[in-house]
Formats: sequence, C-alpha cells, structure tokens
Amino acid sequence: MLRFIARRGAMLVATLLVASFAIYGALYLAPGSPIAALTGGRTVPPEVMAQLEARYHLNEPFLTRYWIWLTSALRGDLGESIPLHEQVSTLIAQRIGVTISLVLLTSVIIIVVGVGLGIVGALGRGTVDTGVLFASTVSAALPAFAAAVILQFVFGVMLGWFPVLGTGDGFVDGLRHLTLPALALAATSVALVTRVTRTAVREELGREHVQTAISRGLPWSGVVQRHVLRNAAIPITTVVGITIASLIALAAIVETAFGLNGLGAYLVQAAQNKDFAVVQGISLVLVFAFVITNVVIDIAYALLDPRVTLGSRAQ
Amino acid sequence: MSTEILDPVAEAEEAAPSRRGLRKIGLLGWVSIAVIAVALLLAILGPIVRPFDPNLSDLSFANVGPFGSHLLGFDGQGRDVLSRIMVGARSTVLGAAFVALIAVAIGTSLAIATAWFGGKFDASVSAGLDVIFAFPGILLAVVAAAVFGPSLFSAGLALAIAYSPYVARVLRGAALKERAMTYIAALEVQGFGAWRLCFRHLLPNISSLIVAQGTILFGFAMVDLAAISFLGLGVQSPQADWGVMVSDGKTSLLQGYPIVSLTAVICIVAVVAAVSFLGERLDASSKDVLR
Repeated sequence: MLRFIARRGAMLVATLLVASFAIYGALYLAPGSPIAALTGGRTVPPEVMAQLEARYHLNEPFLTRYWIWLTSALRGDLGESIPLHEQVSTLIAQRIGVTISLVLLTSVIIIVVGVGLGIVGALGRGTVDTGVLFASTVSAALPAFAAAVILQFVFGVMLGWFPVLGTGDGFVDGLRHLTLPALALAATSVALVTRVTRTAVREELGREHVQTAISRGLPWSGVVQRHVLRNAAIPITTVVGITIASLIALAAIVETAFGLNGLGAYLVQAAQNKDFAVVQGISLVLVFAFVITNVVIDIAYALLDPRVTLGSRAQ
Repeated sequence: MSTEILDPVAEAEEAAPSRRGLRKIGLLGWVSIAVIAVALLLAILGPIVRPFDPNLSDLSFANVGPFGSHLLGFDGQGRDVLSRIMVGARSTVLGAAFVALIAVAIGTSLAIATAWFGGKFDASVSAGLDVIFAFPGILLAVVAAAVFGPSLFSAGLALAIAYSPYVARVLRGAALKERAMTYIAALEVQGFGAWRLCFRHLLPNISSLIVAQGTILFGFAMVDLAAISFLGLGVQSPQADWGVMVSDGKTSLLQGYPIVSLTAVICIVAVVAAVSFLGERLDASSKDVLR
C-alpha cells in the first residue's frame, strides 16, 4: 500500500510540474513580449515596467525564470494583478470560499440525489424505474449553462422562490443564493451517478450470494444493506469522485451565469480583461485541486477494493 | 467465441446481429438522425435561407413576441430570433464538428503510432497524454482565450487538444488488439511496409470505433463550445451563435421574456441529445463487431 501511495505521489508531482510549466509557458506563447502579455497591452508607468522586469527576471534563462516563478507560487506569492494593483493571492483568497461552498453543496446534491435515485430505480420495478430512467436521461442532456438559464427562469423569475444573481450575505442567505447554482451544476452529474448506481445495484442483486441470501429467507433490508450496497459502493465511489473532480472546472460556467463572486467567474473575467497574472494563478490553483482530487480518488478506490492490484505488478 | 478454428461462415453470423442492430435503431434513432440532419442543413444553408438579416437591430421591436413572418419574435436588441438561430447553427454545429474531427485525427494517429511501435515510445506518449488529462477542456479553453484572444478558433483548438487523449486511449486498446492479429504478422513477413499496413488494414478495421468516438466527441464539443461562447470567450457577441444567444437573451429572460435564451437552449439540447444517443448506439455496435 505504501509503495502504491509513493508511486501515485511521484506521478502527482510530475504531473503538477508539467502542468505548472505549461501554465507558465503559456505567457510566452502570447503574441508580443511576455511583459506586453502581462500588462494586456495597457500602457503602464516606467517604474511599474521596471518592477515587472525585475519580478519576472527577464534577463535570466527561461528555466531559471520558471523555477523562480514556481517556488514563489508555492510560497503563496502568485504575482500582482496589473489592472487591480493587488496581490493575486489576496484576490484568490477573497473568492475561493464561494467556489468551495458551491462545489461542496453540489457534491452533496450529487451524492444524495444521484445515489438515492439510482438505488430507488434499481430496487423498484416498473413505473418507478422508468421514471428514474426518464429523469436521468433528460438531465443528462442538460449542460450546466442550459440548466442555469432554465432554473433561473422557472424558480427565479416565474415562481420567485430563489434569487437569480449574486452571492448573498451570511449562511442562510448564502445557501439560498447557492441553491440554484448548485442544482444547475449538479444536473449532468446526477444523471451519470444515478445511471452508474442503478446498474451497479442491479448487477449485485443478480449475484449468486445475494440470491442465496434471499432464498434462505434473510430479511430483505439486511440483504440489501449488507450484500448489495456494500459491493455496489465501489463503482459508485469511483464515479462520484470523478464527477466531483470535474465540477472544479465547470463551476466557472455556473458562477458566471449566476453572477457569483467565485474563482471560476473571476478566471473568466480575467481572461476577458487579459489580466494574465490572475489567469495563471487561478489556473494553477484549479489544476492542482483537480489533480489532487483525482489522486485521492485513486487511493480511496484502492483502499475500498482489495482486488485492485497496486501498480503494474499484475501485468 | 472460444473456437480456435477460423470459420468464415460462423464469423459472418457473429457479425450479423450487430449490423442488424445498427439498422434497427428504432423510433428514437430515426428522430435523432432527423434532428442531426436538420442541424447540418441549417449549418450549411442557414445563412443563405434565413428570412431576415440576423444583425439588423430595431430597438422598437425589442423583446416583441412572435407575429407574422417573425415566427420566434425578436431579442432584446430587436433582432429576428429565427434568423439568428438559422445563422447561428453554422458556428455552433460546424465548429463542434471540426473540433471532433481534429481531436479524432490527432487521437487516432497517436493511438496507431503507440500501438504500432510499442515499448518506450508507447510509454512516453501515454505518460504525456496523462498530463493533458490534468487539464479539464474548459480550463484549457479559458487559458487559450487569455493567450490568443477570445475566438471560436482558439476555443476549438484548445478543446480538440484536450479531447485527443480520450480518443487515443480508447483507440489504442483496439489498435493493440488488431496489431497482435496474425494477418498483420503475415503481411509483415511478406514485406509490406508499416504505412501500408496501418492505412490499408489496421485503420479500416477499427473504423467503426473511430466513427463512434467521433460522434460522441461531437456532442461533447457542442456542449463545451456553446458553454465557452456563453462565457464570452468563444464566438463574439454581435455574431449569431447558439451559445452566444443563450447569454445575449439572459437579460430579457430575467425580465420575464425567455424566448431567446430558451430557443437557443432547446436547439443545443436537442442536437446534443440526438448526437449522444446515436453515438452510444454506434459505440455499442462497434464494440460488438470488434469483439
């Protein structure tokens, strides 16, 4: 197990290095000089120019520059937003809470509704199952931005139950403001989790040991809990993990649609304003979160399923 | 399927049900094909057959509902919605088709090359692809918009690059299986070159899977491209595009006039649902054939 974790850890570090290199290198792909990319074509006073040149060590070789950028980023120094004259790390710190709450709330919805509906669909036959299948097919075809627009119209404009824009103050109001965004973000993923859960539970129900347990007259609920759900948990955990990791990037769409002041919406805004230091900083944070979540899922999967061969020894 | 003797009749019988399965696609399949055909027709002919100028704005008609020949009414800037939908089909549908084509081209080449050469080449390319996996497509497209300026081109290119590892992974497995077949070895012994073997024999034999992957990616690409245009980082606003229309119509929608955003959403969802239904069917039947 330790060897498996060590190998995944090494791969993680390698991936993060290459990803951060790509994010840093993107600055040099931009037309014009990197300084022009950083200032986004704005005219800046000469002292800011000198400051930038010193900061980005433009007289050093490229790899040295990258290394300086990476090490200061790891210390929490992501540079300065030129249009806003503020530290990128401060700007991120102000907004990361909204994104984390949105992703957490969405994850709760995905787990509760997705897994719940999947189990209901698999255990119930006939109309219940058809209903679950129909609902998941419809919501699978709803991209986040489409779901956002529909929810805003139905629950915001027509029914007036929820606010359609903004972040809100305090816990209860904040939660009210996050409800529709979280539902919009969850739409596609809930459908996926429902389908996988339904298939997994169905498959376990048909297994011989389950059939044996039922024919021996053990109580139905006990059989479902002990034998069916426990074994079905493995594929369900994987798909839940993967969908939650994918939320990290998709949050940008929903945050923009609902005017939430989160990291993703700010990334989009920074990309429109060519605020390059902010784009780099947020991309770095999001890619790190995404990669680390994926590694955590891998390790959790290995812990959950003793059959998983750790590493490539099996081949 | 455990018989070792190669019996052409038995093989043909085995392949037959899946081919029949493709022909028997049911009502939903025909509806999907019809929806895709209409979308493609609009994408090609839309800008020619549109009834009105999609960019002609008359503010006195702002948010006026359908009447007369304006079947879908006007948007918040007094532009004819039906014309904008017809013209917008081009960038939305053809844009997604090009993204899928490029991703499939890159992914297929990588899959065949890694399966053919194997060894260190395979290992290093696969490791490289794992790194691209670390970038969600949307994020890559946002960074591309920041670097090259927001446009359909930069968004599409970023998505194509982000998708290609998926194609490469799926096809690599099929290509490896095909590579290990005796007929390839037989042709190699006879002195046929690698190019000829790859293009004349290996590629056609995995083509059904390639088509299925392309169809599935086409659906993904349409969703992601529309989302990026919705964010203002793809097709730019005065130009008609379904993703742009969803975001253009949002102000009217919040004022209680939803027809612009909802029409665009319905068009996107209908085409995406049709494409993914057909893609899953093709994928299932291609796996039957390859098995």
